[in-house]
Amino acid sequence: MSTVIDVEHLNFSFGSGVLTQPVLKDVTISIEKGEIVLITGPSGSGKTTFLTIIGGLRQAFHGSVKVLDQQFINSSEQIKVKARQQIGYIFQQHNLLKSLTALQNVSMTLEINAALTERQRRERAAEMLIAVGLGDRLDYRPDQLSGGQRQRVSIARALVGQPKIILADEPTASLDKQSGHEAVNLLKQLAKESQTTILLVTHDYRILDIADRVVELEDGVIKQV
Amino acid sequence: MKPIIWFYFPARLAWRQLVFDRTKLVAAICGVLFACVLVFMQLGFRDALYASAASAPVKLNGDLFLMHKQSEALWRPVRFKRSELMRVLGNSAVAEAYPLYLGLAPFKNIQTRTKRTLMVYGFDPDSQIFKIDAIDDKRAELRLKDTVLFDEYSRPEFGPMRQLLAADQNVTEINDYKVTVVGLFRLGVSFAADGNVVTSDLNFMRIFSRRNHEDIDLGVIKLHPGASATQVQAALRSQLNEFVNIFTYEELLSYEKDYWANTAPIGFIFGFGTVMGWVVGLVIVYQILFTDIANHRNEFATLKAMGYEQGYFVRVVFASAFFLAVLGFIPGYLLSLGLYHMAESKMYMPMPLPFGKVTTVFMFMLSMCFMAGLLAIRKLKDANPADMF
Ligand SMILES: Nc1ncnc2c1ncn2[C@@H]1O[C@H](COP(=O)(O)OP(=O)(O)OP(=O)(O)O)[C@@H](O)[C@H]1O
Ligand SMILES: [Mg+2]
Repeated sequence: MSTVIDVEHLNFSFGSGVLTQPVLKDVTISIEKGEIVLITGPSGSGKTTFLTIIGGLRQAFHGSVKVLDQQFINSSEQIKVKARQQIGYIFQQHNLLKSLTALQNVSMTLEINAALTERQRRERAAEMLIAVGLGDRLDYRPDQLSGGQRQRVSIARALVGQPKIILADEPTASLDKQSGHEAVNLLKQLAKESQTTILLVTHDYRILDIADRVVELEDGVIKQV
Repeated sequence: MKPIIWFYFPARLAWRQLVFDRTKLVAAICGVLFACVLVFMQLGFRDALYASAASAPVKLNGDLFLMHKQSEALWRPVRFKRSELMRVLGNSAVAEAYPLYLGLAPFKNIQTRTKRTLMVYGFDPDSQIFKIDAIDDKRAELRLKDTVLFDEYSRPEFGPMRQLLAADQNVTEINDYKVTVVGLFRLGVSFAADGNVVTSDLNFMRIFSRRNHEDIDLGVIKLHPGASATQVQAALRSQLNEFVNIFTYEELLSYEKDYWANTAPIGFIFGFGTVMGWVVGLVIVYQILFTDIANHRNEFATLKAMGYEQGYFVRVVFASAFFLAVLGFIPGYLLSLGLYHMAESKMYMPMPLPFGKVTTVFMFMLSMCFMAGLLAIRKLKDANPADMF
């Protein structure tokens, strides 16, 4: 098995000078291809911060963060933009584009890829929406969908580009127990089929059972569970 | 990278975001439309001004023209001696030289008896210094005492002269002097005069009792066939006194035009109005693009997290600006077309809308929206994907 995410001695703090607030302290973790890792921990422990660094959205300066063999520490924007294209994101809020239909939203992931034709983009997006059970909602806009349906569209949007990694930050927070569980199971099932690595932050203990491994972050320090 | 990815996709996203919020789109279009109409009207009035300013000289039938150096424009001439004009007859290429007398005077509306100022042209009926057939045909009548011809294209405030003449109501007063209107011709109004009257030089002196034959406003020179106007102009320039300008036909037209464009404040006023239209439009479009970026901040940040680069969003903003320019221009053009027609019929001023002006205004709108886009893209920096989780 190959290592997809390899973090060593990562330190990260917000602010500078006397106001420096360390958030991640000497974090070391490595995640293999196809693994599903859940991160839990109390509020303010640095989970979101960790995820944004792994995703190449936040610049860290100390330690080593290798994602898909790219070193993110002190890297250029160019490298991170390339890496982001291979990572699927699921946000706590669905963050769909409200002026686009479900199909168009999912297609946005594919529009970065110049190798595809418009037709292929539409077909793949439609297939993915059918896979998440929204085959009859292709042309609905976000405001015409329920919360659970929106989250499923954003799962489809994250998966359709066949990313190597999926990063999800509390994807079930805005859903009820039933639909939260459904959404996560769907994610797991689709990811397992394509050997996608998942890193998922959650407070929701009802979904811990989908994980291969659960990691707890407490005050910026990693604890394996 | 393929151009379709480069431009089509951001343009399509911009379009979808624009049409999604119809109310905002309509407001944005109205902003551009407003600026568009403003610029169209300013340019229209300005050009009408220039065109009508030159409408009187346009109809003059001569090869060279003599004017006092201090004459800023035909409607406010500085007089010079008739003898100065007659000296040009010494040049063998000159066939004829005739004076033209000009004067502004109140004209009494035959029906309402109200007075309004118009321009009176006095000329020797033996000459043919107007390129207007209706004047040529009436030269015999103009030789009679106290007869005038009236410009049909004068503003309606002077009275419906055609109907009045048909009803034999043809006696009125110019400068409190009784005259008989013996016919009509067509010249057109200008910013200097709301109407025109043509009469003989003798009648002109009767209407303006303090004027005399020796002080003339303009000299009209005709050359023998085959003579070169520019050569004769050069020859005359060395012979004549320094205080006269000697113009070819084209020079006279551009001299008139330049007066209105540069000397008179009116050219500046319309130029200023045009720039203000541009600025107002710029502010409106900038506001719309700016709030649009602010409203889509989360969406843009999401796309950034998905791997879209900064340039993509810049193109989205410029595409929005482009669409607004086009969508605002089309109704703006149509509305202006209607307003031009209305202005023509209400103000009796020529307001042509040639293709060149349409493209000029369109370029104006494009540059306006482009500039607004340029100012608005600073706002894109606020879309930070790290804040999305
Ligand atoms: N942009 C920021 N600037 C400064 N401090 C920040 C910023 N974002 C987060 N923090 C601080 O960093 C710490 C970790 O925040 P983080 O969002 O990673 O916590 P979290 O584990 O995701 O919490 P939660 O479970 O509530 O989402 C917090 O103390 C927070 O106040
Ligand atoms: Mg968080």
